[in-house]
Amino acid sequence: MGEFVSFLQNNLADFWTYTGFYNATYQHLIMILVGIFFIYLAVAKEFEPMLLIPIGFGILIGNIPFNMEAGLKVGLYEEGSVLNILYQGVTSGWYPPLIFLGIGAMTDFSALISNPKLMLIGAAAQFGIFGAYMLALEFGFDPMQAAAIGIIGGADGPTAIFLSSKLAPNLMGAIAVSAYSYMALVPVIQPPIMRLLTTKKERLIRMKAPRAVSHTEKVMFPIVGLLLTCFLVPSGLPLLGMLFFGNLLKESGVTRRLAETARGPLIDTITILLGLTVGASTQASEFLTRDSIFIFALGALSFIIATASGVLFVKFFNLFLKKDNKINPLIGNAGVSAVPDSARISQVVGLEYDPSNYLLMHAMGPNVAGVIGSAVAAGILLGFLI
Amino acid sequence: MRKLNIGIFLSLMLLVAFSSCKEQKPNNKVVINEVLVDNQSNFQDDYGLHSGWIEIFNKSYSSADLAGCLLRVSSLPGDTVTYFIPKGDVLTLLKPRQHTLFWADGAPRRGTFHTNFVLSKTNENWIGLYDSGKKLLDQVVVPAGVLKENYSYARVSDGLNEWEVKDDSAEKYVTPSTNNKTIESNPKMDKFEQHDPVGVGMAISAMAVVFTGLILLYICFRLTGRSAVVLRKRNAMKAKNVTDHKEAKEMKLGEAPGEVIAAISMALHEAQGADHDVEETILTISRVKRSYSPWSSKIYTLRETPNKK
Repeated sequence: MGEFVSFLQNNLADFWTYTGFYNATYQHLIMILVGIFFIYLAVAKEFEPMLLIPIGFGILIGNIPFNMEAGLKVGLYEEGSVLNILYQGVTSGWYPPLIFLGIGAMTDFSALISNPKLMLIGAAAQFGIFGAYMLALEFGFDPMQAAAIGIIGGADGPTAIFLSSKLAPNLMGAIAVSAYSYMALVPVIQPPIMRLLTTKKERLIRMKAPRAVSHTEKVMFPIVGLLLTCFLVPSGLPLLGMLFFGNLLKESGVTRRLAETARGPLIDTITILLGLTVGASTQASEFLTRDSIFIFALGALSFIIATASGVLFVKFFNLFLKKDNKINPLIGNAGVSAVPDSARISQVVGLEYDPSNYLLMHAMGPNVAGVIGSAVAAGILLGFLI
Repeated sequence: MRKLNIGIFLSLMLLVAFSSCKEQKPNNKVVINEVLVDNQSNFQDDYGLHSGWIEIFNKSYSSADLAGCLLRVSSLPGDTVTYFIPKGDVLTLLKPRQHTLFWADGAPRRGTFHTNFVLSKTNENWIGLYDSGKKLLDQVVVPAGVLKENYSYARVSDGLNEWEVKDDSAEKYVTPSTNNKTIESNPKMDKFEQHDPVGVGMAISAMAVVFTGLILLYICFRLTGRSAVVLRKRNAMKAKNVTDHKEAKEMKLGEAPGEVIAAISMALHEAQGADHDVEETILTISRVKRSYSPWSSKIYTLRETPNKK
């Protein structure tokens, strides 16, 4: 009997070493709080709920403590585990292009086609990437890591994941979480910079209504866009190829079912898997490091630089434009991708100063140009460094 | 004048495109990468024996199967020996950028990677690799007299066109089944670390490319847009039977802004009875049929506050 009791005691003691309570560290608890904070932001403040809910919950999943030496195959970093299999879409980089397929299928490039000079704003806002790159080099990161961190300034989660999976896989979790966090915080980060860098007179500029764009132009855009950008930067092909392909599905008008699948069920499925696994990749042991803190700081700076460079570029551009053709600098912030949030910020801030000046349509131009610009920038960084 | 500009732009684009085109290089996936003729104390085969060897390298980024390929060797004119690489051995599938060795020991019964020929230590050796369709994939002539024992004749770097004699010194060591040149760093990254420690060079060059890409798109769609506007105006003139361009300009033909088109679309939408501003006032009660399932039943979902009686 005594032996049996001893067996039970040992068995329970052994089981205790497998529980989360036994294996928990303060780092796990910190990360769990971060996950709950993300969920709070998504539910209570409605900041990018589609991203923050999967990422926040993923953080909870990734930070359930367990005995890592037991070979339970439950952790994200344990080969063969379910989470590990799902995570392969991130590490081998095929989730981001599928997201881009969906983005292409849901994006209307009319604003850009009708006023193509807005593309240059999307290019200017990419200064954020290279500003952060320079700062990251100052902080002691090597060029590949610095490039992966810099791409946070592109304000494009899938691009950030794609590039960091190639250049700095060990920093991918921090970069992805940082990119998505700041994308969610666009309404907080951008307006003060926009107000600071513009005068009241500039904020009241009314832009010409965009002309109607023909179906032929819309069909031509993805084809010409793909050929021009990918001949120049072939390394951007996975992202740009899928983006323009998705857009052709939408604009061709004859593949409605495919376009609807790409912008509906497909992108939703991939968003769920991407968000959840990126969140789960933030295991405390891998995530809570000095580098992660630097990455978060650099991410914030890159967003600020990107916003400022977009706004300042419009002001500079206006010097060369005729009076009736001027651009409202409040749409400069939309050059950072973050579709459509940053365009919405242009609209909201614009309406504060003139309740009848609707900037959303105009801001969508640089906004989608920013998506193309950041994908091109990612391709360039890949081409330069690999 | 405008047509002339468009023509010049398109011609320039075509000129740039064609002038930068190169002839398509032959793109064989697998190449002969290194050859060791006189093996006295170099790499041993799986039988513990020292024999000459031929290293094959898959230089592509996809797998390549050697099954059914031919290795041909000739050290004397008219004396060519052919080794058929057997099918059915999974090990003949070369992964991307992977190497494999074939032993020139004249003992094919020892396995797939043991050939039926021996390399000549005195004469030069011509070695050819053919695909299963007997198309020559790669060939090399290993010169006679320059290779001492345990020396190899190898490409300077994997897949490169230049060959050199590897004398097993510290700089030129023999590399069976591995990279001919050991890569100890990322040269591109080193270049940036050395010449651009602050990152300004990267920022300038990358931003230049980003701007170039988007400026090209801008130019393209600026021209397309202008053509579209001209075309629309022409169609509108045709529809209204207007031939005078001045009159068309005064009538603003083909210049309907997006807002006008949106208003017309809305009006059409309403005219088709899709508006919901005035609802029908007929009250209809129809029986709702739902298939019962305990998973969807409201009875079991405890939505109501339980009453204590």
